[in-house]
Amino acid sequence: MLAFTLRRAVQAIGVMFAVGIIAFSMFRFAGDPVNQIVSIDTSAAEREAVRKSLGLDDPVPVQFVRYFGDAAQFKFGISYQFRQPVSTLLMERMPATLELAICATVFAMVFGILMGVYSALKRDTALAKLFQAVSLIGISLPTFLIGILLIYLFAVTLGWLPSFGRGEVVRLGWWTTGLLTLSGLKALIMPSITLGLFQMTLIMRLVRAEMLEVLRTDYIRFARARGLSTRAIHFGHALKNTLIPVITVAGLQFGSVIAFSIITETVFQWPGMGLLFVQAVQNVDIPIMAAYLLMVSLIFVTINLVVDILYTVVDPRLRSTVGRAT
Amino acid sequence: MTEPVLSVRNLQVEFASRRGTLRAIDDVSFDIAKGEVLGVVGESGAGKSVTGLSVIGLIDPPGRIAGGEIHLAGMRIDNLPPEEMRRIRGKRIGMIFQDPLTSLNPLYRVGDQIVETIRTHLNLSEQAARRRAIDLLAEVGIPAPEKRIDGYPHEFSGGMRQRVVIALAICAEPELIIADEPTTALDVSVQAQIISLIKRLGRDHGTAVMLVTHDMGVIAETSDRVAVMYAGRVAEIGPVQDVVRNPLHPYAKGLMGAIPTLAGEDKRLVQIPGSMPRLSAIPRGCSFNPRCAFAFDRCRVDRPEPLPRGAQSVACHLYDDVPAESAA
Repeated sequence: MLAFTLRRAVQAIGVMFAVGIIAFSMFRFAGDPVNQIVSIDTSAAEREAVRKSLGLDDPVPVQFVRYFGDAAQFKFGISYQFRQPVSTLLMERMPATLELAICATVFAMVFGILMGVYSALKRDTALAKLFQAVSLIGISLPTFLIGILLIYLFAVTLGWLPSFGRGEVVRLGWWTTGLLTLSGLKALIMPSITLGLFQMTLIMRLVRAEMLEVLRTDYIRFARARGLSTRAIHFGHALKNTLIPVITVAGLQFGSVIAFSIITETVFQWPGMGLLFVQAVQNVDIPIMAAYLLMVSLIFVTINLVVDILYTVVDPRLRSTVGRAT
Repeated sequence: MTEPVLSVRNLQVEFASRRGTLRAIDDVSFDIAKGEVLGVVGESGAGKSVTGLSVIGLIDPPGRIAGGEIHLAGMRIDNLPPEEMRRIRGKRIGMIFQDPLTSLNPLYRVGDQIVETIRTHLNLSEQAARRRAIDLLAEVGIPAPEKRIDGYPHEFSGGMRQRVVIALAICAEPELIIADEPTTALDVSVQAQIISLIKRLGRDHGTAVMLVTHDMGVIAETSDRVAVMYAGRVAEIGPVQDVVRNPLHPYAKGLMGAIPTLAGEDKRLVQIPGSMPRLSAIPRGCSFNPRCAFAFDRCRVDRPEPLPRGAQSVACHLYDDVPAESAA
């Protein structure tokens, strides 16, 4: 178990190293950073001075080692556009993105599992069929369209919810949260739904399919033959067996939720990392783009690691026999 | 004779399919007394398993019990509401399925599965149920049960898992155990152990056992009586020695002729020509007539009813010399 976790952790470091190379090479291929910083009428001598102060005249390997060493300490350089350390900017924006992503995932998991279980157990009811139809919409409609439709309905027409921003936030140390104020909570609703809808429908369809599969297995038939109550069979025996693939998908999807929050954050002008990234792209602010790339991949890799460990918690067969066939 | 533990009368089970209703079980009747082992044999698709499942009330749609009655110790159980039937399952009727590898939920410790079942049916505390679970595991022959109780199913071998399944089936002291091919998925050496275990448990607890199998050897070893099923009907039923030594129905004769013996000289085993009809194409008259070497005109028109002959009962026109009208 420990060896397994360590092996996965080493792999994760390998992945981060590869991503670091890509992030670093963005600096080399996206034009001369000095041009981005200085104004047009700067003299050649001044340009040289800036280049030297940023260490851009060193050999490439030296620059890479320095970049990687800094990145490992969460120092990503200075934003060209804001003239502030990128790590400060990211830290400011991260709580907004994480709060949104967590709310969206919780929303997706809770409703996805409930609807999935319901539509598997009561397959022929009208409500189950409605869920199936709605899930098709959720899978096929693009995120920005859902966001815009929600804004049109609840913010413009009904005026119940704010159409943009985070509302009032409370500062807890370096973390800012919108969960403690009414306006913050109200502002969370629509972005969370927009961001989580795709995940919700995915989880719902997955739970439904898995549940139907599990209900056909011998151990469920045997559980019925033992006279267990329907509730114990459905929610104890069947649901737990359904959860293994759900954990995988939900875990991987949490990464995508953070990555795809770019769109939702743009639609709702949500002051998170995604919005920062979009602005950085518009301004060719490479330090931010590179740092965002590293952050998102770090989150992805961490989640994968957690998912791998979670499997062994749910499925005892993996505890003793990892890597071996049972 | 006292009241039988299980009494099945004229049971009919039908499956609705796109091509009309298929009758999987047609007019099956039998009794099992306290402490008795009834073997049910037949080819695949003869309706053995469906009979077992309908007794325990686990026929899934589109299948349904279309007629007849099932009595458990005098109480009619085939028409009980689902919740009452659930309380009988596991408590008064235990069931053992064919494949021990898939019968247990892989994510729960075997002890938890046993305790859960015990506490569903008996009013016991967690600790008392656990003690009982350990006793049960010991009784079905699992070594070091107080340790193994916390094991997961994948840590048990096939034979050991079938023992756990049996422990689960008997954990509430049922009056009847339905064992549906309990040894088919096991090694030959383990088969014998499991068979003697089922036999011993039936004897010790006075439990009636319905043993479904296609293995005549298993039946001959364990059963008191045997029912030979063919195409959803009981062809012959009687005490096991009589049916094995002196089968009456041509199909039963064919089955017994197909058992290899160690003592036998280099004789070819007798084969029954052809195969069992599909449910959608059961022939008129006796369903066995196209494969029967003794078939005559009447067999192709009239369906034979089971008639007693000595201790046996046989559904075959060859034995119509006894008053035929009485059963018509």
